[in-house]
Amino acid sequence: MSTFLGMPAAPPRSPYGTGNLRGDRKFPKAAHDELRNEQLRRNLGRATRTIRTKRLGVTGELPDWEQLRDAGSAIKTDTMNRLPELLEQLEQKVTEHGGTVHWARDGAEANEIVARLIRATGSSDVIKVKSMATQEIGLNEHLESIGITPYETDLAELIVQLADDKPSHILVPAIHRNRDEIRQIFLDEIPGVDPDLDNVPAHLAAAARVHLREKFMTTKVAVSGANFGIAETGTLSVVESEGNGRMCLTLPDTLITVMGIEKVLPRYQDLEVFLQLLPRSSTGERMNPYTSMWTGVTPGDGPQDFHLVLLDNGRTAALADTIGREALNCIRCSACLNVCPVYERTGGHAYGSTYPGPIGAVLTPQLAGMDAAKDDPNSSLPYASSLCGACFDACPVKIDIPSMLVELRHQHTEQSGTTAEKLAMKAAAGVMKRPKLFTAAQKGAALGRIAGGPSGTISHLPAPLSGWSDSRDTAAPPKQTFRAWLASAEGAATMSAAAEEGARRTADDHKEDR
Amino acid sequence: MTTTARDTVLGRVRDALALAPVPTATVPRGYRTGRTLPDDERLALLTHRLVDYKAKVYPCTGDRTAEVIAEIMRERGARRIGVPDGLDEQWLGAYDGEVQRDSADIPAPSLDALDGVVTASAVSCAETGTIFLDGSPDQGRRALSLVPDLHVCVVDLSSVVAGVPEAVARLVPERPTTLISGPSATSDIELERVEGVHGPRNLVVVIRTDA
Repeated sequence: MSTFLGMPAAPPRSPYGTGNLRGDRKFPKAAHDELRNEQLRRNLGRATRTIRTKRLGVTGELPDWEQLRDAGSAIKTDTMNRLPELLEQLEQKVTEHGGTVHWARDGAEANEIVARLIRATGSSDVIKVKSMATQEIGLNEHLESIGITPYETDLAELIVQLADDKPSHILVPAIHRNRDEIRQIFLDEIPGVDPDLDNVPAHLAAAARVHLREKFMTTKVAVSGANFGIAETGTLSVVESEGNGRMCLTLPDTLITVMGIEKVLPRYQDLEVFLQLLPRSSTGERMNPYTSMWTGVTPGDGPQDFHLVLLDNGRTAALADTIGREALNCIRCSACLNVCPVYERTGGHAYGSTYPGPIGAVLTPQLAGMDAAKDDPNSSLPYASSLCGACFDACPVKIDIPSMLVELRHQHTEQSGTTAEKLAMKAAAGVMKRPKLFTAAQKGAALGRIAGGPSGTISHLPAPLSGWSDSRDTAAPPKQTFRAWLASAEGAATMSAAAEEGARRTADDHKEDR
Repeated sequence: MTTTARDTVLGRVRDALALAPVPTATVPRGYRTGRTLPDDERLALLTHRLVDYKAKVYPCTGDRTAEVIAEIMRERGARRIGVPDGLDEQWLGAYDGEVQRDSADIPAPSLDALDGVVTASAVSCAETGTIFLDGSPDQGRRALSLVPDLHVCVVDLSSVVAGVPEAVARLVPERPTTLISGPSATSDIELERVEGVHGPRNLVVVIRTDA
C-alpha cells in the first residue's frame, strides 16, 4: 500500500554514472572526430537515404496515414495520463496468466533482478533479443561482470557485440559498418568460421545463422525487451525481422522481459494503430517479417516461466515535465534519425547515449539529466540540432522534437547561471542601445578580419569565445560595416539600381493583372 | 514498513502527474476500419504482398489442397515433415514422405531435423501481406512453425481481411500469436535485404480460394 505523504516531489533522474545514457565527452567534440571518418559518413549517407525513400513510399500508400498519426499521438497521451492505473492493470493481467511482475526504480535494480532470475535457472548463458531498455541500463556489462555470458542474437547487435563496439542506430545498430568490415569482424571473432568467407551479405548472414543456431537450441533462458505491453489483456509484443526474436521468446524455459513503464498501451485494439505506424516508419516496410505476442505463459507452448521487469530509470522524471513528457511517447521507430541532417553526418556514437539522433537529444537529458555543475556531456545534446523540423514531420506519433530541444536549451541556460555567452549577450545589448558606441564597435570588429587570414575564416577564437569556434568555423568580419557600405558610392549605386528593378517589376505585374 | 520498488515507482508516477498537469486526450479513430473487399481483390492483394516479400504463393480450390502440398514437398525434396496435431489429415493424403505429428513432449531442438512443416492459419491481412498464427490445434505450438527451414502455410480466403484493424479485431488476445510477413529477413548489412537468418528461409502459402 502506498501512503500519501503530502506535496508531490519531483521524481529522480536515472542515476549519474550508471548505464548508457551518457557519453564521456560533449557532442561537439565527439562529432568532430566522427566527421573525420569518411567511411562512416559514406555508410550512413547511403543507408539513411535508402531508408528515407522506402519510408516515404509506404507511408504514402496509406490514405489515412495522418489519421493514424493523430490516433497514435492521442493514445500515447491518454496512456501517460492514466499510467498508474494502466501499469497496475498490466501487472494484474500478467500475473493472472502465470507471469511474474517485478518493478525496478533504476537500471542497477533492474540489472540485479535480471541477474537473480538468471542465476535461479542455474544457467550461466543467456540469449538476448535486441532491446533498447537493456542497452540503456547496461545489462550486458553487468551480467559479464558477474560471470553470466549474454549472447546478442540480432545480426546487427551480434556484429556490434563481436566488435566490442557500441550500437549507433536504434533500428540498424551496425549501420556504421560496411560489408568488408563485417566480414573481418566475423573472421576475427566467430570461432570456426570459414576462412574463405566473402563479403556477400547473404553469406555473412548465413555464417551468423550457423553460429547462433546452437545457442538457440541449448540456452535455457532468454532476455527480451518489449515494443508494447497491453494493460487490458497483459499481452506483450516484440516486433522484429530475423526470427531471432521468435527463437528467444519461444525456445528457452525462462523468459525475462525488461520494459520501460512508458511502453504500456491501454487496449488490445490499440495495436491496430501501432502495427501500422511502427513498421512503415522504421524499416519502410508494410509490415515487419515477424511480430510475436504472448500473454503470460501458455501450457505446452513456449517458456513456462515468464518474468516482466517494469523499469522507471528516469521515466517518471520526464513524466513530471509538462513539455518533456512528450518524449515518452516515442515508439523507437528511428524515423527521426533517418531524416536528421545532423545525425546523417555525425552518426549515433557522437550522442554518447543509447538513444541517438533527434529523439535521443531530448529523451536522454530527460531520463538522465544534464547536470550543469558537472559539465555534463548531456548538456550539449539539446544543441546537437539545426532545428530544421524534419524530425517532427517524420515522427509517427507527432512528437514536437524541435520545440522540446528549444525548451531544454532554455532549461540548460537557466541551470548554468552566469556563462560567457550570457555576459557577451549582455555586453552586446549595452552597446547596441547606444548608436555611437555601436558604430565604433563595428569599426573595431573589422580589425578582426586579420584573424581570418587569407582563407577568410576563423577556426579558433580566444576564450570565452572558443566555445563558439570549437564547433564551427566563423567567417572573418567584412572589410566595412553595412552602414559604411551604404554610405559609399558603390552602395548608393547598388541601391538605386535595385529600386529601378523593383519599380519595373511592379509595373509588369500590373500589366499581367489587366 | 519498507517501501517496495513497486510502491516507489507508482508513487513517482502519481507525483509526476500531480506536478505536471495532464492534457486531455480523446483518441480520434478516424483511420480506416471495418473495410471489406471482394474475394478476388483480397486474393490479388494478399498474393501481391506475399510475393513482394519473397514468399511463394499457390492459389487452389480446397479439393486440391492435398495435391498442392504434396507437389510443394516433392519440388523441395522434403521427405520428413512436421504437422500440428490438429491439422486436417486429408491435407496430407497425397504426400508420401514421413509425417511427424507434433506434441509438447517432442523437444523443440529436434524440430531442426525436419525438412519442413505444414500449418493452417488464423487470419491474414491482405494490405500488409501478413499471416496470423494463434496456436490453435491446426497451427500448433510456436516452435513448430519456426525451427524448420520450410514453412508451408495454408490460408483460407474466407479468413483473409483487408487491413490491419480488421485482422486485429479477429484475434484472441490470450492466445500466443505470431505475425508472419514473408520469410525471415534482415537488412542489417548495408541495408541489403537478405532472406533467412534465424527463422524459416522459405515461406510457401497455399491460399484455398473456396474456403
